Amino acid sequence: MADSLSEQEKAERLAKEQMSRRTLLMKLGIALNGLIATAIAIPVIGYLFGPVRRKGAYNSWIELGAVESYPEGETRLASYRNPFTRPWDGETGNVACWVRRLEANQFQVFAINCAHLGCPVRWFPQSQLFMCPCHGGVYYADGTRASGPPERGLFEYRYRVEKGKLMIDAGQMPTLSNDARLVKGIEPCAGTRRSTAG
Amino acid sequence: MRWYKTLYGWIERRIQLESPIKDVVLHPVPKSTASWWYVFGSASLTLLILQVLTGIFLAITYVPSAADAWQSLQVLNHQLPLGWFLRAMHGWGSNFMVAVVLVHMVQVFVFGAYKFPRELTWIVGVFLLVLTLGMAFTGQVLRFDQDAYWGVGIGAAITGRVPLIGRPLVQLLLGGPIIAGATLTRFFTLHVFVIPGILLALVALHVWMVLKLGINEWPMPGRLVRRSTYIEEYNELARKSDMPFVPGAIWKDLVFGGALLAAVAVCAIALGPIGPGGPPDPTLIQTVPKPDYFFLWIYAGLALLPAAWETPVILGAPVVILLVLIALPLIAGEGEKSWRRRPFAVLLLTATALGLAVLTHLGTYQPWSPKMNAWSSDPVPVRYLHDITPLERQGAIVLQEKQCRNCHSLDGEGGRRGPALDDVATRLTYDQFVRQVVQGGGNMPAYGKNLSGAEVDALVGFLETLHPAGQPPASDMSRALQQSETVPNAVH
Repeated sequence: MADSLSEQEKAERLAKEQMSRRTLLMKLGIALNGLIATAIAIPVIGYLFGPVRRKGAYNSWIELGAVESYPEGETRLASYRNPFTRPWDGETGNVACWVRRLEANQFQVFAINCAHLGCPVRWFPQSQLFMCPCHGGVYYADGTRASGPPERGLFEYRYRVEKGKLMIDAGQMPTLSNDARLVKGIEPCAGTRRSTAG
Repeated sequence: MRWYKTLYGWIERRIQLESPIKDVVLHPVPKSTASWWYVFGSASLTLLILQVLTGIFLAITYVPSAADAWQSLQVLNHQLPLGWFLRAMHGWGSNFMVAVVLVHMVQVFVFGAYKFPRELTWIVGVFLLVLTLGMAFTGQVLRFDQDAYWGVGIGAAITGRVPLIGRPLVQLLLGGPIIAGATLTRFFTLHVFVIPGILLALVALHVWMVLKLGINEWPMPGRLVRRSTYIEEYNELARKSDMPFVPGAIWKDLVFGGALLAAVAVCAIALGPIGPGGPPDPTLIQTVPKPDYFFLWIYAGLALLPAAWETPVILGAPVVILLVLIALPLIAGEGEKSWRRRPFAVLLLTATALGLAVLTHLGTYQPWSPKMNAWSSDPVPVRYLHDITPLERQGAIVLQEKQCRNCHSLDGEGGRRGPALDDVATRLTYDQFVRQVVQGGGNMPAYGKNLSGAEVDALVGFLETLHPAGQPPASDMSRALQQSETVPNAVH
């Protein structure tokens, strides 16, 4: 049968075959590159997503100083070094918060960040109000919303008193999405309670 | 032959770029496109080049470390020769660029230039706008001062409102649990590598399409765009005009671009570098964070939205706006180009521009924010204290001391969150005053717990004196009836 093919036809068939073989090899090459690139890239996604950790993973108990350094019935500005920092964080590794001592070992520790969009709220002892300079959120002394755009009260840190020192459970900038550790009520129980905010 | 011609010939034989470049610069364009209205695209490109160059110079000194960034900006401003000038050029260049890109977009919209066959050019342009705003925001963060710090905080707070994946998104944005070194390096990477890379690639594509599809002809009322005939009509128009792009149209681009560069330089020299403001120390909370002017309208919008609307609008509006802008040329790709026959488009544009202008204007003096120092810095005007009783004067002290002035103005001084109090006595009676002060209401906190009975008495006493000379204070009819025995008799 092969004899019946002319020289020209043979050449064409050969060319076709070679072409398809080369095309196949090229496709193989593309697939190989894709495979290796994927194999290299997937672990690198882990590098990019490194900062993402489960709820509360960044938190730990931080000392805010002696209980006695906070006068009863007053609200004072305190600051602490965030438990998770890098050597080049400089001053940005410090975090401020408001400590309200009701009586003896009864405290409320509020995040500095307004519950609206995170600006630093200021305490006015004369009128017993927290005011936010950005969009006008105002809160009462106990952190509940008084007026303005916030949809909830100030974020609160869990606290405990240990050997005369005030400790808070902190480590992450509070936002509406991760406030589960920032209990809205008073009881410092496990951070399972969701906030009422939407 | 001159030596440079020989050199040119030697190089050209190897790179062979002469003919494609000639094709580009000599292609005929409709005469009407050689207009001063058509210079804003090339002006944006000129500013982009300025930003790239000044940015490279700044990167020589800038340290993207949270501990040192602010200090390195001080060194640029005060110690290196002309460091302040480069920062000023880069800062004012970005202000100009956002403005010119917006003007370019408005011009393209008004002239119907997004219609067939330039739909994709418009869509790429929409992404270029997003990237330009992205550069503006990330650049504002690299100016690592108090405003930058709390600006990122606002960004994180907005991100934190995303349902379900809000928490991991915030951690990704910040590069960790708080705004710190990892945040700055992330924004540095975005500002210097990622966004400019995409931006330059898309600019190349955008310009390529402009060259391939031709510059939009001047719209004439009644000359409709039809997919079947447009290309032919356009080519005919271009051929008839017989004017090459270079130098016929480009000279105006060059003149405007040069004038713009000079304007940026004048601003830079006269007004100096922008910031940095206070150091990014989060424990210094005596700060009033404010975004750069191109984000003031968002800042204002965020203050004015009702709480229940806030999350859906913050997260939904950008998506909707983006989708509308992308869909525009696909929906309205044919038909009338002239603004004279597109009343709805003109109306929409005017409304949008007015909205943005009003919000931006409000953002500059933020009437919704308490004026944090008003209670201690803006005294009660002396004339309000004449001829009043000691109790009423005591009320004026209560008004100051309880920070009422942070939200209420007297004689134009003080916060504007609440109503001005200059003639408040004509609006509220004694009972209404007491109720408002003690229980709050509207947008006012309740002061019941923070004022003694005596303080409320004094405060309300003073507030009741606040009425213009010729205008009597509001009075309570039922109380008047009760107190006066002659009035009921008169009624009978």
